[in-house]
Amino acid sequence: MTSRLTTPVYEEMPEDISDRIDQGELLEIALGPHHPSTHGVFRMDVVLDGERVVKLKPVFGYLHRNHEKIAESASYLASMPYTDRLDYICSLSNNWAYALAVEKLAGLQVPERAEYIRVITAELTRLVNHSATIGFLTQEMGASGTPLMYAFREREKILDLFESLTGSRMMCNYMRFGGCRVELPSGWLEQTKKIVEEFPRFLDEYERLLTGNEIFMARSQGVGVLKKNLAINAGITGPMLRASGVNYDIRKVDKYGIYDRFDFKIPLGEHGDVYDRYMIRMLEMRESLKILNQALRDIPAGPIMDPKAKIRGFRPKPGESYGRIESPKGELGFFLISDGSPNPYRYRVRPPSLINLTVLEDMCRGYSVPDTIVIFGTVDIVLGEVDR
Amino acid sequence: MLGEGILKGLAETARNFLGSYVSKDRLTTVQFPEERLPQAEAARNFPFLVYDGSDWQAGLRCVACQICEKECPPKCIFIEKSKDKKPDYMGKPQFYPAVFNIDVSVCMSCQICVEVCPFDAIEMDNAFELSTCDRFGGLLWPKSQLAKSNDYFHQIHPTAASEVDERLAEAKTKADAKTKPLAGAASSTSPQPESASTT
Amino acid sequence: MTELLDQIFVIVKHWLVAHSPFWLQSSISAALSAAAILVVFASLFALTTILERKGLGRFQNRYGPNRVGPFGLLQPVADGLKSLTKEDIVPHSADAALHLLAPIILVTAAFLGYAVLPVGRNMVAIDLDAGVLYFFAAGSVIELTVFMAGWSSRNKYSLLGAMRAIAQMISYEVPLILSSITVIMATGSLSSVAIAERQAGYTGIWPHWFVFTPWGFAGFVLFMIAAIAESNRSPFDLPEGESEIIAGYYIEYSGFKFALFFLGEYIGMFAISGLAITLFLGGWSAPFSFLSWVPSYFWFFGKLLSLIAVLIWVRSTLPRLRMDQLMNFAWKFMLPMAMINLVTAAVWHFMQSGSLRWLVCAVLVAAPYTLLGRGLMQSKKLEKRVYRFAD
Repeated sequence: MTSRLTTPVYEEMPEDISDRIDQGELLEIALGPHHPSTHGVFRMDVVLDGERVVKLKPVFGYLHRNHEKIAESASYLASMPYTDRLDYICSLSNNWAYALAVEKLAGLQVPERAEYIRVITAELTRLVNHSATIGFLTQEMGASGTPLMYAFREREKILDLFESLTGSRMMCNYMRFGGCRVELPSGWLEQTKKIVEEFPRFLDEYERLLTGNEIFMARSQGVGVLKKNLAINAGITGPMLRASGVNYDIRKVDKYGIYDRFDFKIPLGEHGDVYDRYMIRMLEMRESLKILNQALRDIPAGPIMDPKAKIRGFRPKPGESYGRIESPKGELGFFLISDGSPNPYRYRVRPPSLINLTVLEDMCRGYSVPDTIVIFGTVDIVLGEVDR
Repeated sequence: MLGEGILKGLAETARNFLGSYVSKDRLTTVQFPEERLPQAEAARNFPFLVYDGSDWQAGLRCVACQICEKECPPKCIFIEKSKDKKPDYMGKPQFYPAVFNIDVSVCMSCQICVEVCPFDAIEMDNAFELSTCDRFGGLLWPKSQLAKSNDYFHQIHPTAASEVDERLAEAKTKADAKTKPLAGAASSTSPQPESASTT
Repeated sequence: MTELLDQIFVIVKHWLVAHSPFWLQSSISAALSAAAILVVFASLFALTTILERKGLGRFQNRYGPNRVGPFGLLQPVADGLKSLTKEDIVPHSADAALHLLAPIILVTAAFLGYAVLPVGRNMVAIDLDAGVLYFFAAGSVIELTVFMAGWSSRNKYSLLGAMRAIAQMISYEVPLILSSITVIMATGSLSSVAIAERQAGYTGIWPHWFVFTPWGFAGFVLFMIAAIAESNRSPFDLPEGESEIIAGYYIEYSGFKFALFFLGEYIGMFAISGLAITLFLGGWSAPFSFLSWVPSYFWFFGKLLSLIAVLIWVRSTLPRLRMDQLMNFAWKFMLPMAMINLVTAAVWHFMQSGSLRWLVCAVLVAAPYTLLGRGLMQSKKLEKRVYRFAD
């Protein structure tokens, strides 16, 4: 049992821990990359004292696909389908963030109907993402897939909506610079209204199944506490930040799009543990349903595309812009530098999953291996975004 | 009381168990391939070339302008322009693609080629059972395999196909109206460029 | 007629033994019992694998396997063929002898427990005076084999799984045995046949099963929870923890040895459920006196199948308990409850029969349950929370 893992380390292992591993007192183990619970190809090198985690190092990069470099040699429009594949569960949010950045760069105006459609699809994406996250969380806790199947049953209905609108369930490629690609098909709004009306029933079922369950509470309360100050200093955003008690939601701060017209609240947690993050996601889903109801009621008729926008030969003026949105995982931002040519000079993605991952070690130190898996599940990463 | 939440959870799963025998909502499996769900009208998987009429070589709409080849993000289209010209649906002699290959394993179904095509010559098919045993040749589709008729287009995307037909018919009547008074002069109309609001 | 149907297997066995040579009679009798146990419970295992998968599927809003045979009923045959024809990989640095022995001893020890379970009236393989003690002794060998499997694989994940398994199984032996002691006290004998016969009477139409008394009910619940922990099933399947250490102690096993582990785990589950039925649920006796014309083995297997259904139900709903929570639960909740249950059983025995006895024993069981439960939850500060909204 003395063979050592060889990983490229950014910092050396401290002397005392290294010695204790060699003497057999501590166990060094690699969780992943070939693992059913690591949300993709992701590896954690943990050093264990019995069952307690002493040191944890995340190792990723297994899914790096040169997204940012490809964008430098492709046109602005050609990067849009690649943004679908960043956070592959929430493709429409990624599209919106990129479109926002380019619209800022080129000074395009988005008509009202397109804004409403963007809000509707973004909130539906939030529902899709959060149900997948809590489903997988319970799967990692060991509930043999039953809550996961219920969550996916609801998710399928929304994915069918996406397919009838954009043509594809997950890789939607729907937003364009200055609006949306295609008009809503007939009957889509009625279908969406029906699904939004039935969704609270699923949330109630989930609450009955899990929220009062003693085993679930014992596994999640007090586990993986993230303090407020650490969260702010590390740049955490999204539900993780709000579960630690910080009131920061980009929809309320930046008021991008038309979010200032909708009436919704931001739930805040107090303890910052796994239970809080799970409950914050459930409450956020209910708030999304409120926004959806309002948007579906108020959507006006009109054009969906800025008449000044060009599809081919799009050359924005030289300059730089940063467009960010509240994606279901956190703050997703795109930073673009243009030099007047059809291709961007620099294209940079601010991936929320990667930045939320930096505090994984601080959250996991002192907890045991099953807790590590559960905490990792609530950080809610998608490897497509972490590795790009 | 200890155990209350667990009992409620057990009741919830029992409800799903018994409900799966009674209501369709609680048994959502579709037994593929015996049962199939109808695909949404807008569903897209892989592009195909549209031809009018019954002869795919004579009626092919593509004029080898190579715009889709340039705009394709993963560069999966390969076109070679022909040396001679043949008449298109309006009677005007146009180039045609001598070679038009799309690599199935590279295409990412993004639909940008359809958006930028000025001639409505390439559209998205929704057939997805494309697997083959030949990993290299079988996944590089030439012009002959890509060409599908306009009737097939009407079958899979009825609203989009009728809209395209309307537009092309309108362009044709406008072109005819112009060439009649200007007999002898080269007609300067061309099919309307693609706007951003079509499928 | 009902008598004949009830005793048909006993009559057949006696006939076969009587018609064999004298010097072989005891061996033939033993061989027949052993063969019957192997055949019956191995086919029950095959049935349970498919029932579990289809049951789990229905709980999850989907069909289970339904391609192989009508309603998927030939799936165990397909699974068996698959595991027989898979390559048997033994890691290079593993301890080969131990690696091979672990599943074999597991299956043997699991089957040994059936010798003292009365499957019907007069239908028990061996009528031992210390039947229950023998059962627990044979069952404890299983813990050793689990550790053998984890240790011999020379894999850090297996080692983690094996350590957890040993700790869990040893801690849950204590409430298991303590809750069965109440039954032994009430019967006055360790023989499982005597315990089953003791519960075979009726007052009016109500049976004399021990589960219908306060201490019996508490004992049954404790016994079943400990039984789930002993067989490493959800919510106590941390040694096998599929989402963390992917199959724990049997991660390095493939092919037929893996199937033997599966078989051993399920056979152990049936055996301990069978013992629960014998101790608390009346063994082979019918639930109401007007139903006693149905053969006794029918009732035993009916109760066994319903207990298996409950175990599948529990598996599909509950998440896994963490290691220290498991141990806390065993030592700080189940052990005190089991000891108080002993006192309650004694009080029941020495009080006069009547409603006062019921009241006193019910209070003696319910009060510690609520107090201990509250203590367990509050020590970890577990409660449902209310969330505030910003602005």
